[in-house]
Order: sequence, then C-alpha cells, then structure tokens
Amino acid sequence: MARTLLDKVWEAHTVRTLPSGQTQLLIGLHLIHEVTTPQAFQMLKDSKLKVRMPERTFATLDHIIPTTDQTRPYADPLAEEMAVHMIRNAKDFGVPLFDMSTGKQGIVHVIGPELGLSQPGMTIACGDSHTSTHGAVGAIAFGIGTTQVRDVLATQCLAMAKPKLRQVRVEGQLAKGVYAKDVILYIIQVLGVKGGVGYAYEYAGSVIDRMTMEERLTVCNMSIEGGARCGYVNPDQTTIDYMKGRPYVPQGAGFDRAATWWKSVATEPGAAFDDVKTLDGASIEPVVTWGINPGMSVGVSQAIPSPDAQAEAERPTFREALAHMDFKAGQPIKGAKIDVAFVGSCTNGRLSDLRAAAEVAKKGKVAKHVRALIVPGSQQVEKAAEAEGLHEIFKAAGFEWRKAGCSMCLGMNPDQLVGREMSASSSNRNFIGRQGSPTGRTLLMSPAMVAAAAITGAVADVREILK
Amino acid sequence: MSTIDFKRRAVAGRGIPVTGNDIDTDRIIPARYLKEVTFESMGEHAFEDAKKANPEHPFNSPAYKGASVLVVGQNFGCGSSREHAPQALMRWGISAIVGGSFGEIFFGNCTMLGIPCLTVSQADLEWLQKAIERSPKEAVSVDVEKQEVRFGDKVIQARVPDGPRNQLVQGTWDSTAVLLEAGNAIEATAKKLPYVSGF
Repeated sequence: MARTLLDKVWEAHTVRTLPSGQTQLLIGLHLIHEVTTPQAFQMLKDSKLKVRMPERTFATLDHIIPTTDQTRPYADPLAEEMAVHMIRNAKDFGVPLFDMSTGKQGIVHVIGPELGLSQPGMTIACGDSHTSTHGAVGAIAFGIGTTQVRDVLATQCLAMAKPKLRQVRVEGQLAKGVYAKDVILYIIQVLGVKGGVGYAYEYAGSVIDRMTMEERLTVCNMSIEGGARCGYVNPDQTTIDYMKGRPYVPQGAGFDRAATWWKSVATEPGAAFDDVKTLDGASIEPVVTWGINPGMSVGVSQAIPSPDAQAEAERPTFREALAHMDFKAGQPIKGAKIDVAFVGSCTNGRLSDLRAAAEVAKKGKVAKHVRALIVPGSQQVEKAAEAEGLHEIFKAAGFEWRKAGCSMCLGMNPDQLVGREMSASSSNRNFIGRQGSPTGRTLLMSPAMVAAAAITGAVADVREILK
Repeated sequence: MSTIDFKRRAVAGRGIPVTGNDIDTDRIIPARYLKEVTFESMGEHAFEDAKKANPEHPFNSPAYKGASVLVVGQNFGCGSSREHAPQALMRWGISAIVGGSFGEIFFGNCTMLGIPCLTVSQADLEWLQKAIERSPKEAVSVDVEKQEVRFGDKVIQARVPDGPRNQLVQGTWDSTAVLLEAGNAIEATAKKLPYVSGF
C-alpha cells in the first residue's frame, strides 16, 4: 500500500507503543531557547538526569533579546536572568549554543533550516508552537510544552498519538502581489482556526510545488494557527537544492546518499489521506486579518464581515473582536489607519521577505505617524540583507533597521505596542495582548503588505503600489 | 515519587465558567510573565489582562473563589505552546477542565500536569456554565474513567481520548519516567536512522 511521509517518518522513529496506546517517538532534532527551557533543566537537575543526546540538541537566544542594543547585561533584569540560565544550562549539559558571538544566532525557526540542522525525514521538536515551520523541509516537527521539553532532554523521546492526515492542495496560479503569507492566511480563513485539530497537514498542489523553500517555511509556520499539530511539504528538487552546502548537511558522496533517502520519505502516489481539501490559488488576493485570531481575515478589497452572518456560536467572538479592534461590520479593511509596521518573525523574517518589503519600500517614505521596524530573523539574514543593500533602502524610506530576534511578534522584549496602537504585522498572531500592550491591536499580512501600509499610513493594496 | 498518587480517575470541586470560544494561551497568561524562570508565581497572573479589562470576569468573582473545575467553550487554549498557561490555571487551583474542544498543545500540556480535559457537547457545556452560575457552591464531579461529568442530578457524557485517559487513570502521565523505561531501545532506534548513523 502506498504510504505517506507521515507514515514513514512515524514508523522509522517509533521506539515502542506505550501502555497508554501512544507511540514513544524518537526525536531526531531538539531545538531549545531561553523561554521554555529553564524549568525543564531544573526538573532534570532535580531528578539527577542528563541530556540524553546533547549532540542532537541545539540552543539559541531569540524571544527575549533586544533588537537595538544587545550588550549584556540586558536592561530588563528578567530577560538577563533568562539568558544567564540558557547559557549556563547549555554549558552544564553540553548543548551547543548559537549566541550572538557565533554569527549564527537568530529565531529558532529561522536558524534550524538555515544551518541545515532541520532535514527531510527527521522528527523535530522545540518548546515553541511555531516548530511546525520545519515541516517545510519534509520533516515532522512538533511544538511542545515545557514538561515535554524535559521528556526530550531526558529521553530524546515524546509520548505522542499519531495525528490524522489532511492533504491541503492549493492549485492554479497566484496573482502578482500575492505571497505565501496570503496563501496560509487564506487556508486558515477557509478551514478555520480549529479546522486542523487532530490533523497533520500535508501541503501540496501546483502552488506549493512551485514555492521556494522560504515560502514553504512561511506556509508551514502557521499550520498551528489553523489548529493542526504540524504541517509539511514533501521533499522534492527544491528541497534538495535548498539543503545543499548548508553547514550541518553532509557534503560530497554523503550528500548524494542523503538526497536519495530524503526523496524516499516523500508521500507515494496513490497514498490515502483521512481528508483532502483543495483550494484555488487564483482566487486568493492579499489577505489582512481584522480580528483577534488568525482566521478572522478578509481579502484587502473586502469588507469586515458582520457577526450576524456567522453561526450563532461564533457571534460572541466576532462581537468581541469588533469591539477590541474598534471596527464596524461592513467597514472596508483597506484604509484602516495604522500606527506601527513590523516586518520580521519566524513567519516572515527571512531574506526573501525582506526583499519583498524592500521592493515596496522603494516606492515611498514611511508615513509621518507610523513607527516602522524591519527585524531580520537571524544574524545570517541580517548579513545577507546588508550585503544586498536592503538596509539602506529601508533606512532611506524611514524604516528602523534592527538586529535579529523575535522582536514585536510577542511582547517579551522591548519591542512592544503602546496603548491602543494598531500594528500592521508580518507575524503570526493577532491575539489580544500578543504584541505587548493589553489593548494593542494587530493586523496580520504579508511583508510587502506591511511595507505598503507603512508608506500609506493605513492598510493598502500592495498590488496598486507595485503596478 | 512513589508516595504521590498519580491516578486521576475522578476529580470533584466547585465549578467556574469562562464563556467564549477560541480563548488563547496569551489570554490565559500574557507573554510578559513568560520571563519568569520558575512557574511558582504563575497562578497570580492567570487571565490577568482579561481580569483587568473586565471586572465581571469569573476569575475576579468571589463567588468562584476556591473553584477547581473550569468549564470553557470551543478551542480553549489555542495558540502558543507555553506550559505557563496550564501551570497558571493549576496554580490558581484548577484541577480539571470541561469544554467543547481544546487547542492540542494545551491539551497535551494539561495531561502532562495531571489535569484532565474533557470534551462535552456545545449544548451540555452551555447548560453546565449556566447551572454553575446559578449554583456556584455546588460541586461538579468529573469522572475521567467513566467519561462523565455530574452536576446535581444531571449526568453529562464527556470524552477523553483513550491515550490521555489511560495515562490519567493509570497515573502514568509523568511521561519522563514512562519514556525512560524504554532503555537502550531509544539508542537502537536512533542508530537505524541514516541521519544519525551517518549517510
């Protein structure tokens, strides 16, 4: 019987079936960061346990670091304490740490693929829900909680139930000005924020096939926002070309053998899925969220929907969203005034994202009332962007050019919204309070759309600017 | 560890309803509290911003002080993987959650802390939330083994998937201990993987 990538990777990593009926699943790569690990390391110390496979564990600093002045100690004593714990735990337990001095530091979901740590056919875990990102290379990658981080540190395993598998096909041709971010926001809009609960998503179809690896990373990143436990794209020539030459990928004859194995883990033709959904790529326009979860979105030419048009159970959340955002049902999203523009995050902090934003930034200047930040996802992205002169384009247009980190995605570092500020953001979550201010507001969109909003001072249609 | 009873066959206590769907983990515990290197103080910050924004929030209400069974809507705990969310609820005093559906990582995190999450129908959860509002002093009985929730005379059918239910009922949700029992089979599985043994 034809098998899926999920079947093959799951089977290859199964240690045993647990008495609970779950699988004891070996984790091939464990990525860790400062926020969700100090308690896990403490639990290890309390139980006198070691890290089982320190050579398969890699650490970075990303969530809490400032993106302006990165000299230690950090101004925020709590952030400094987290960094101290991460550095000390990495040293005590023999785990390699990509700190600022390595030139390889960055957001954990940016550096994993960038360094070639994340490879096809692997199981990957990290104490962060956006670990689904790494599925883009053809891996099964799970976001986990701190107690599970302890499990992986101590045993290199997780107790997991195998998810069901839904193939999400996006067919056809994307219009100009429509990006990977619009594709995944559209998928979540159609399938819902809880549509993926119980499922892994296999992304397929001609639109996904044609995507670059960085675009696939953006799509897989937000699988979790659609409720799916993980999401992946089958390894193909794009994957193999992407892996070649990365620091942790084998070279020479070893690379050829690796590539052969990577291709062998892809879903076989005729394999069965628990569900298949097909979407038309041509019908996608630039997408903007208007509400308080990533499924509450519309095309940029559309109006904000009315709660009355929703199923009854959804109406209270819709009303709450309108009240929080201070929007009215029927109001066009285009023209909504913004105060802050943020390009960055594990969703859209890669070189191609910065290029797309720079393309738009060339067309104007940041509106006077807008604070605009460009935050590269890693030190390597920062360096590559500077080599191309992207930082000069941004600075000339009035954007701030920052250092690598999670920045304004999540309100754990100095980059935060203030009060009721409205942010056009290339990040992944528009939850209430997400960007640091309990009353702050977030509109999710593609990096090009963020840049368009920054220079317009309000939500704009990037297709009109790029004309 | 053997002196602690890990079995979670049934939990009983007063209820606390939090209405609304898609309540995310940022709402349960705002990200600024993730900077603590221990979970100890998390209970004080459960729903902090929601409580400030809404004086009527159930977590503000004296009527629900000491409650231990949280009753929620659909997709509760969606979003971030932060274990700080169930830790905050647990340290506030919650020992079981009944709802329409749960974010998957949140559900797993709760199970690993020994907090059963039971799903019930939309009609039953609305009934239960209203019943608790009317009689906040009355106990909600959560039977994980039988997959039932009782309030007064009413018995509500609930569901916990087999895997987590077995872990809770058998007391094997302390996953590290269970996983360590595999011993050398872990390394043996790793050695068979070409990316571990070398391509």
